[in-house]
Order: sequence, then C-alpha cells, then structure tokens
Amino acid sequence: MPGQQFPADIFSTIRLADMVTVEMTSHLFRFFPALVHRTINVPAGSVAEVLRAVDAIAPGFTDYVLDERGALRRHVKLSINDTLVFDRQTLSDRVPDDATVYIFQALSGG
Amino acid sequence: MSDMILLGTRKGTVIFERSHSTWRPRPIEHAGIPVCYAARDPRDGTLWASLDHGHWGPKLSRSRDGGATWEDVLSLKYPAGARYIVKYLPTPDFDPEAPAGQPEYKDATVFKIWNLAFGPAEQPGRVYAGTIPGGLFVSDDGGDSWELNRPLWNHDSRGGDLFAGDATSENRWYGTPASIDYGVFEPGIHSIIIDPHDPNHMYVAVSTAGVIETTDGGQIWAGRNRGMTNDYSPNPESEWVHDPHFVTACPGQPNHLWQQNHCGVFYSADGAQNWKKVSVPDAGVHFGFPVAVDARDGRTAWVVPARADSARMALDGGLCVARTTDGGKSWQSFRSGLPQANAYDIVLRHGLDVAGDRLCFGGTTGNLYVSEDRGETWQCLGNNFPPIYSVRFG
Repeated sequence: MPGQQFPADIFSTIRLADMVTVEMTSHLFRFFPALVHRTINVPAGSVAEVLRAVDAIAPGFTDYVLDERGALRRHVKLSINDTLVFDRQTLSDRVPDDATVYIFQALSGG
Repeated sequence: MSDMILLGTRKGTVIFERSHSTWRPRPIEHAGIPVCYAARDPRDGTLWASLDHGHWGPKLSRSRDGGATWEDVLSLKYPAGARYIVKYLPTPDFDPEAPAGQPEYKDATVFKIWNLAFGPAEQPGRVYAGTIPGGLFVSDDGGDSWELNRPLWNHDSRGGDLFAGDATSENRWYGTPASIDYGVFEPGIHSIIIDPHDPNHMYVAVSTAGVIETTDGGQIWAGRNRGMTNDYSPNPESEWVHDPHFVTACPGQPNHLWQQNHCGVFYSADGAQNWKKVSVPDAGVHFGFPVAVDARDGRTAWVVPARADSARMALDGGLCVARTTDGGKSWQSFRSGLPQANAYDIVLRHGLDVAGDRLCFGGTTGNLYVSEDRGETWQCLGNNFPPIYSVRFG
C-alpha cells in the first residue's frame, strides 16, 4: 500500500536478488549433468548457503564437496574470486554480491 | 558355482561373465574412479561398488538392473557426535614410562567404505558396511538409510561412549595407514561375517584391533583373539592390537574361521574362542593378505603366500596358491598356470574368492587368475587390469 512502512527485514528478502556466480571443475559435471552448459547463479550469502543453493539445483552436490560435518573435503579448494576461502570447517565466509565462487580440486597421482 | 566375477580396481569396476566355458569382461564401470570393493547381493542381484573418490569422498554405488545403470548411495554418514580417539605412532622421543597424556578426540567422517556384507534371506533389506575409521553401519532398507552400530563404536576397547563425554577407558584400536593412499592413521573394519545359522551372531575384524564377536545382534561385543600372537608388539599375547588382514568363516561350518595376518595363518575350529597358528614358513605359507574357505568343509582353505613383511611380493618371483584340507596341518602349493619367474604380484585382503570348485584372485599388478578345479590349475584372465583391490564371485 502506498506510504506503508515495511519492516526492516523485508529489505533483506529483497536483497536476495543479489546473486553470485558459481564456477567449478568440469570433473564434477560427470556426476551432475544438470550443471553442464549453464551459468550457475544463486543468491549471495555465506559459502555454506551458496553451496546449499547449488545442491538444490543438483541434489547430492554438497556430498561431493563437503564431508558429513559440513567441512570442505581435504582435496577440494574453494575460492571467492581469487581468494581461497578461510573457514573450511563451517563455511562462514561471506560471498558478496556479484562475486564468483570457484570450486576446484587438487589433482595428484596416476 | 557363480558365473560372475566382480573386480574392484583402481580404475573402476570390472564385471566378468562366463558363458560357453569362456570368461569375458564387460566394459569397465565407474571408469577412472578407484573402487575398493565390489560385490553382488545374492538375495536380489543388486550390484554394489564402494568408490574411493580421491577428492569427492567415499561413495557407494548401486545397480538394481544388473549393471545397466548405477546410482549414488549418499546416505552412509557418521551421526553428529560420533567421535574417536586419535592414535599416533610413537615418535623417537616417546617415553613409555611417562604418564599418559589426554586423549585427542576427532569428529568422525567416512574415509573409506572398506567392505560390504549381506544379511540372510529372512532379513531381505539388511546390508552391513565396514568403514575406516572403524564404523560398522547397518541398513535394513537395501542401503537407502544406514545406522552406525553404537555398541561397537562405543566399545570399551575404543575408550567408551564418546557421544556422552570423554573417554572412560583406554583406546586399544590403532590405525591401518597402508590402506589409504594419503596415510591416515585410523582403524578400519574390513571383514564382516554373519553366521548363516543365526543372524544375531556375527564377527567383525579390525585393523588394528582384532576379531570381535556379538551373539545378540550387535548389542554386546567381545574380543576374540585368544591364541593370536602379535610377534612385533611388546606383548605378543595381548588381547588387542592385532592386525588381522582378513577373516572369513565356512558358511556350512561357521565355527571354522580362518585368518591371515602379518604373523601367520590362523585357524579356529571353535567359533574364534581359540586361534591356532597353522602356517608353515618352511613351506612358504606364512605371510599374505587374503584367505578363502570352502563353503562346506571348514578345514579346507586357500591362501596366496607372499614374502613377509617388509617386501610384500611373490615368493622368489613365482606365484603360487596354497591349500589345506586338514585345518592347516599340511599345505599343498599349486603353481600350474601361474607365472614362475619375474612375478611380483601381491594379492590384497579382498583379492581372493571361492565359489564351489572355482577360485579367482587378482593383485596389484593387474593380473587376474581363475581356477575351475579347487585351485590346482589356473588360467589367466588378463594381465593389464588396473591394480585390483577386490575379487568377488557374483
């Protein structure tokens, strides 16, 4: 209604329009064909929230990059733009609007 | 006899089928992904593979259409609050006289799903999984959901109920570092035996702890290591700290159990109440990883001898399989069809299986051999497979 005062938290809902982009190693596309050939845009938030949003698009995704404690798996790397994520245990680092999250793996062996 | 063989290899699951007296492999499944164990549930034909993704965590894969399609099973997870006590190898400055320090606790996550076992026909959905770090998981719906067996996880030999608080006893379970490429030092359950006559009677074997038995469906567990010797430890007769490489029982005579470990081949004719060393080093039967037992005669077993312990390769460059038919009193070695020069194969703990008169084994050098005559003569099914971790008849 015109002139209505909205409660403050409705603006945080509107802020959900702020989006981030997720890029990942193509190795994961083998297990999640739903992620192939598409731009992955999800709402900004913590790294944990961003990964949960990807999991909603591709169910099971977080089981591949996180262990059952919600921590990044040992050989999985994740960066926000060009900065490696700091909190690998609870994934509390904030992904700002318009940032890109990169998920990749440390390759080794034969 | 089974006409299917499943291989878990470093590069995927290989399934052989036999028709018109010829074994033929199908195209590899899970190509490129390490598979530490693959097996077929004899009750409904479901195929299982335990995937050791290097980066993406251990996963079970299941096929209910004979291998045409596979699906991830993501539900095997440690519950919140599951912890274990971290054990480290003693460092050079370790002082055995010093008072014990505070235990170091770690939240449990699955490192490896090391083996699977299937319940009896009267429990159609029952599947067991043994993991590193030492969890026995139970499913009653064919793997859709899993529950950690808490009495074993909370056993006194592991420090007691760490869900409830700090340790109330000393942890006697040590690690099995050779089993994971990146060398974690957690224990693992690699053998699960269900008594065909009584599904509440089970054994598990743990590297490194020993053999543990339950007779009440997993509520109470007790160590069964009497007669085991642990030649490399300060106390060879200790109740714990044994490293069974693999333990199996005769389906027709489940009181007859066999065990291969660092210190020899061990046999029990009384349901693991007492073990007896039955290896004969002079005959080459001593060190190895797998052991297989006949389905009807508990005194008949096979091993693939190797050179102990620091070498871990075939004896004198020649591969052989040894068989006993008298509970280990005597052993006969068979070499026909197996390479007798320049062979360095080592067969890992799940790398040998028996089904009726058929046996099959494969090792880390990618060679696979099958026998149709109880191990007396062998035929090579291929020399260029990836390192083979498990061989199971389907």
